[in-house]
Amino acid sequence: MSRFRSRARAAAAVALAAALAVGCSSGGSSSAPAAATGTQDSVDAALKAGGEITYWSWTPSAKDQVAAFQKEYPNVKVNYVNAGTNKEEYTKLQNAIKAGSGAPDVAQIEYYALPQFALTDSLADLNQYGFGSFEKDYSASTWAQVKNGNGLYGLPQDSGPMALFYNKEVFDKNGIAVPKTWAEYIDAAKKLHAADPTKYITSDTGDPGFVLSMIWQAGGRPFSVDGRNVKVDFADPGVKKWTAMWDQLIQGKLLAPVKEWSDDWFRALGDGTISSLVTGAWMPGNFISSVPGGAGKWAVAPMPTYDGKPVTAENGGSTQSVVKQSKNPALAAAFVRWLNHGNGVQPFIKSGGFPSTTADLTSPAFVDEAVPYFGGQKINQVLTSASKDVAPGWTYLPYQTYANSVFSDTAGKAYVNATGLDAGLAAWQQAIVDYGNQQGFTVSAG
Amino acid sequence: MTSTAAPPVPAPARPRPTARRPRRKWRGWLFVAPFMLVFALTFIAPVGYAFVLSLFRDQAFFGGTVFVGADNYAQVLGDPKFWEAFRRVLVFLAVQVPIMLVLALIAALAIDSARLHAAGFFRVVIFLPYAVPAVVAALMWGFIYGDHFGLAADLNHLLGTDAVQPLSPNWLLTSIGNIVTWEFVGYNMLIFYSALKVIPKELFEAAAIDGAGAFRTILSVKLPAIRGAIVVATIFSIIGSFQLFNEPNIMRNLVPNTIGTFYTPNMYAYNLSFNGQQYNYSATVAIVMGVITAVIAYVVQLRGSRKEM
Amino acid sequence: MAVLSKTQFSVTRPRKSRVLTGFMALYLLYTLVPLVWLVINATKTQPSLFSTSGLSFGDSFALFDNIGQTFTYNGGIFFRWLGNTLLYVVVGAGGATILATAAGYGLAKYRFPGRRGVFAVVLGAVAVPPTALAVPTFLMFSKMGLTNTPLAVIIPSLISPFGLYLIWVYAADAIPDELLEAARIDGAGELRIFLTVTLRQLVPGIITVTLFTMVQTWNNYFLPLIMLSEPKWYPLTVGLNQWSAQANGAGAQPIFNLVLTGSLLTIIPLVVAFLLMQRFWQSGLSAGSVKQ
Repeated sequence: MSRFRSRARAAAAVALAAALAVGCSSGGSSSAPAAATGTQDSVDAALKAGGEITYWSWTPSAKDQVAAFQKEYPNVKVNYVNAGTNKEEYTKLQNAIKAGSGAPDVAQIEYYALPQFALTDSLADLNQYGFGSFEKDYSASTWAQVKNGNGLYGLPQDSGPMALFYNKEVFDKNGIAVPKTWAEYIDAAKKLHAADPTKYITSDTGDPGFVLSMIWQAGGRPFSVDGRNVKVDFADPGVKKWTAMWDQLIQGKLLAPVKEWSDDWFRALGDGTISSLVTGAWMPGNFISSVPGGAGKWAVAPMPTYDGKPVTAENGGSTQSVVKQSKNPALAAAFVRWLNHGNGVQPFIKSGGFPSTTADLTSPAFVDEAVPYFGGQKINQVLTSASKDVAPGWTYLPYQTYANSVFSDTAGKAYVNATGLDAGLAAWQQAIVDYGNQQGFTVSAG
Repeated sequence: MTSTAAPPVPAPARPRPTARRPRRKWRGWLFVAPFMLVFALTFIAPVGYAFVLSLFRDQAFFGGTVFVGADNYAQVLGDPKFWEAFRRVLVFLAVQVPIMLVLALIAALAIDSARLHAAGFFRVVIFLPYAVPAVVAALMWGFIYGDHFGLAADLNHLLGTDAVQPLSPNWLLTSIGNIVTWEFVGYNMLIFYSALKVIPKELFEAAAIDGAGAFRTILSVKLPAIRGAIVVATIFSIIGSFQLFNEPNIMRNLVPNTIGTFYTPNMYAYNLSFNGQQYNYSATVAIVMGVITAVIAYVVQLRGSRKEM
Repeated sequence: MAVLSKTQFSVTRPRKSRVLTGFMALYLLYTLVPLVWLVINATKTQPSLFSTSGLSFGDSFALFDNIGQTFTYNGGIFFRWLGNTLLYVVVGAGGATILATAAGYGLAKYRFPGRRGVFAVVLGAVAVPPTALAVPTFLMFSKMGLTNTPLAVIIPSLISPFGLYLIWVYAADAIPDELLEAARIDGAGELRIFLTVTLRQLVPGIITVTLFTMVQTWNNYFLPLIMLSEPKWYPLTVGLNQWSAQANGAGAQPIFNLVLTGSLLTIIPLVVAFLLMQRFWQSGLSAGSVKQ
């Protein structure tokens, strides 16, 4: 027993030392906005000195990227860890931050989850390394999402401007033209399902990320954040515009009752049961790797709009951030810079990722690539132009991951019982308001 | 001493003739101390810590920790989410546990009756699912339940209907009950079977002389003789039902709108902690649930032993 | 006499019943179908998993391919998980058995101050849901710096109240006091008596407890899920669920074929252990239930 105890004590001592080290490093990166800008010198020096860092990510290209990085900088050892996909990783990251040790140096974080970690002072402000000057190199919609107040909490990796992916074969067979407006989309949904009851225009079983992106496109801005003051308004006219439209699909039972990303769903994409998807530009890689049955049948078109004028929204996409617990934040920052502003971008694109760097979004090699899976269509022409049409001015909640976790308890019920999205969103709003007020925000309902 | 409820105080160690030196009195601790030390670390300390946590409230983003006394408890007792989850496991318990135990009992009696062909084979196969981790069982059944491409779909296709929808809201609790039943019938069967095995032969002979048939023998000899085992199995099943977590938590990936964050009390406590960072409230939910479980298990045990013959 | 022995024959060795066997066969089917489904689907490739029906074989027999992939995927992480699981089982379940054996014996064969207290506390522990302890244990362990280490999984699994209970009732019966007294008169110390005399008597009980703690540790999911953040410490259960969750979201990599094959591989060792040791542990369990 005594052996165990001394071991526990030793472990506790290590933890304490780590906590002290964190204390020291965070002293240097004070979050006072004015003092935060610096130069890349310390980053270059850290890269030269070498060292060891840990990187959490679930992106498929991470392994190749880490290998390429280590080849380029043999004196840096990167421990790549897949700590779980999105919310599983956030839970673990949150736990490690709460425990005061065990967090990685660099973590992949989706844009929607970033404010939560930025606000709790868990991430390093990259302005101190002079990364603020990279702004012009990224699409405006992604850059806006890695900033929080004056702080810069990551460099954008991918982006997900939304587009319409559709099964051309099914559309053609049933005489359906590619819808340009949402009204046409609903007509297409009815026509398709009437012609062939086994086919559905799309599937949606209630995904908070999708819902928010759709509201974003419709012009709704349900969240506004000013420090500790948060306003939540799901009665915003933009929100109503979307719910009125989408409710028609739900109430009309025109959505395939298949859970996204389940094995059923992948099968349904392959056999035409689900004949279109409105989703982020990162989707093609998933089609190619996971829906082999759909090869040659799928195509890409701009996202339908309410008035026929092009406008879209971001869906998904992530950034790499330096965690404040890092003992070598400058080296961690160097790795982030290499990943998303250096040689790491190409392996990412090669694995099917959709970049956020303007140089790649405009490079002819990328834009004009004919993709065999999509019947040789130059899909990136559609997708890159979508990235220019993202509606500006969107804000996520400072505790979006929590909000998303209770979506199914509230708004999700609207999908099961077909009780109307407005009522569901109102219940979600209530849960969001209650939680925020409990956690020290001043949240008001709009 | 045929049956008492579990865990009974075993026959007290017979009084030792002499305890000459006072030191000898303590030597039992030599064996018990290591267990109790680890026990203190993994059971007593967490319970104590949970209790301390339950008296405070900590804000995840701003503000610090405040002492709130019994506020958290009052909040749990008035929390509709908690009671909804509690009611759900109570329904689960009232329906699934009897079905599972009766099936296990029938299986045990059948195997014990010697009227079964290949009884040994039956015993092994029925026990097999217990060796399947709950996670694997839930993943596997999740695939099977898939009402588009899973076995459920094949069944619907066969019957020409779409009546079988294991993942729809109305079916879901039943579907989870099915997984749990599948996993644990064998385990309970074995507890019953082992108890049946050791019923003294004389009892059967006496029953046979009285001219009792197979069913009378079961009712008047076998069941009373294994009452203790039945009480043990019931208590473990009650505790298991109140703790329901693995199966619904994994199935949640398939039907998040039906299995919310507070589908069972345990899931509620988990999600409060790990999604909402509401550690204090989560600890309170865990304590309330622990107390309720302990009380109910205790009552079952008392009733079980009072009816003892 | 002749009448009696005839009736005795019919009670303890009656005719086999086809009706009963048929009825039980139905139940057997229910038990087996999911396992058969698992075996069949572990032979399919990811695409044919999606394109063929559940209870028929796919176009190709890919079981060995799948097993190979399962063990090599992601740098052979499955192998690591298997190793972790073995570590947790050997140290955790092994330690739990040792602690429970010693304590159960101590409680059954010694009277000492505080014995009733131990009884009351352990009784209480059986009723407290272990999962209710998980969150406070996590917070405590994280303060001690134990989270995300194997110790965080091993230490809590060292305690098996059920195992203690089983050894307790078993030892009370299986070890005659006279045996202990005889050894004491020969001048043996308490520890030596335990190691040389007691353990041998307890073997069936110990095997039973070993198997139960083994299953418990092998199947442990909730605790490691909470305690561990890095896959390199995952046991099989948590790892498999991560593979299954991997199909989610952008950059999804569904590997359901490996999830199924991995599940099958996870079950096999336990099934084998049970089959090999069933004679021993069933006698242990029967002996334990005498006292119930």
